[in-house]
Amino acid sequence: MDFLRKKFDEIRKPFNPGGKFEKFAPAINSIDTLMFVPKHNTHKGAHIRDGVDLKRVMVTVIFALLPAMLFGMYNLGYQHFSQLGESTAFLDCMIFGAWKFLPMLLVSYGVGLAIEIGFAIYNKHEVNEGYLVSGMLIPLIMPVDFPLWMLAVSVVFAVFIGKEAFGGTGMNIFNPALIARAFAFFSYAPQMSGDKVWVADASTIDAVSGETILGQLAAGAESSWSVLDMFLGYIPGSVGETSVLAILIGAAILIATGVGSWKIMTGVVIGGAAMGLIFNALGLNALMEFPWWQHLLVGGFAFGAVFMATDPVSGAQTEKGKWIYGILIGFFAIMIRVFNGAYPEGMMMAILLMNVFAPTVDHYVIAGNIKKRKKRLKAA
Amino acid sequence: MAEVKEALFSKQNKALLSDPLNDNNPISVQVLGICSALAITVQLKPAVVMSLAVLFVVIASNVVVSLIRNLIPGRIRIIVQLLIVASLVILVDQVLKAYAYDVSKELSVFVGLIITNCIVMGRLEAFALANGPWKSFLDGVGNGAGYALILVIVAVFRELLGSGKLFGIEILGHKAKTLAESTGLYSLGYENNGFMLLSPMALVTVGIIIWVQRSKNRKLIEQH
Repeated sequence: MDFLRKKFDEIRKPFNPGGKFEKFAPAINSIDTLMFVPKHNTHKGAHIRDGVDLKRVMVTVIFALLPAMLFGMYNLGYQHFSQLGESTAFLDCMIFGAWKFLPMLLVSYGVGLAIEIGFAIYNKHEVNEGYLVSGMLIPLIMPVDFPLWMLAVSVVFAVFIGKEAFGGTGMNIFNPALIARAFAFFSYAPQMSGDKVWVADASTIDAVSGETILGQLAAGAESSWSVLDMFLGYIPGSVGETSVLAILIGAAILIATGVGSWKIMTGVVIGGAAMGLIFNALGLNALMEFPWWQHLLVGGFAFGAVFMATDPVSGAQTEKGKWIYGILIGFFAIMIRVFNGAYPEGMMMAILLMNVFAPTVDHYVIAGNIKKRKKRLKAA
Repeated sequence: MAEVKEALFSKQNKALLSDPLNDNNPISVQVLGICSALAITVQLKPAVVMSLAVLFVVIASNVVVSLIRNLIPGRIRIIVQLLIVASLVILVDQVLKAYAYDVSKELSVFVGLIITNCIVMGRLEAFALANGPWKSFLDGVGNGAGYALILVIVAVFRELLGSGKLFGIEILGHKAKTLAESTGLYSLGYENNGFMLLSPMALVTVGIIIWVQRSKNRKLIEQH
């Protein structure tokens, strides 16, 4: 690795203080950080137990996302070829999926990081790693045939309005990836919903139907997929959301490293299950009769619970608050699914809604704790 | 009493005109009259008509109230002001119904709601009650124009990006059912942004205007 380091140091010379391109130092530093380690050292005598910094947290999330991403790519090819009745060899599916997915990933990272670097240069601070995860999440929660320029516009909106307007990484009140999706959903509804977008080329080839399970149910039809398919992820849907198994692997990584809160994840599942049970008891239409535990397997529920709701910036911070926050997300997600025919998937709305209320939840949890301690003080 | 006669367009009076356009904009700085800015900026035409209506009402009510400001008893001044504003708004409404029926239909209740537009009442309370008719006139022009400026900017963005038109004319080309029949940008696969037609986007657009304005005009940033 040493020769790489030396080579890179040579390249970055003009960017060092006093150099010709000093102003653009954040740009080169971000590449440096990505490849090596962050270029800032501790100056005072700090007592470091573990070198967990923003970059390590973000990279952990990316590792956790990899199974869902890889399976998503495979599933893109699988859905496409199996509906056409062609062979679904693993390699063919992977190559087809990569061909469809990698441009989305490139656009998301390219546009997002360009804006981040622009802001870093303008505001004279270093580029921080916040966008690494958002940039990967955004293509994972989009339908496969979403035009790239629309993706780029959504990313611009998410980074500008969802993030930089509030002050950049760590200051945003909403999850930026979900802002991108919400923007895309309301701006380009025909490309973001319906029965033609969830499988590659469904809009141009008649033999391919791109309907999701929730779409079928909302239309009053029965789901035509087996439970095992739902769990393993052989169903149409946004790129990364289909495989509950792959998402659970990601969840295990997040929980084991302590990056994602297991309280929020469990809370979401409990809330969703509770709401599903209530609707099962009522059982008035196809969506209400859909078994509660299958609700947890389809759509973006698992993906949202593991990767979106656990965002440490926009979620609740207090331990008790995490439970309340998680449970309410699950609760609202299923409620929106069942009651609002216009949004077959409620996870996005539910998380964005609870993002708004997370500070309120935290406030009351803290206020309650203060009250309890005051009482204890009086009693003593 | 020898009063020093002030020039018609003295520095102070010019400031009355120019301040509301930037440093003291009723929408982007004082954040007044937001409801109508959100509601009727989907298209440029109703936004322009609405701006003109508000411009007229602000100017006329400012001048009228300023003329009788010494006759209005302080305790019932709000009622008197409301009466004046209301009669002016009814006048505007009738004129619109007679000469621009389509636009009047589109604006519907929002013309009537000019009565409660905070900008109008705000100027009466804050300015016309304490100043002479000429100054009040200039103040009315300035604030009406400040309101119009933001409304038109927002409406241009929303109509252009939301439906690809300006004043109902297709600027970005014609969108047909298939890609091949479309012209202009649409033939490249461009799509209108449906979000722009919803009011949250008007709020975001106003927010962006405020952001840009404050980053250019640093003294507007509040210190904490």
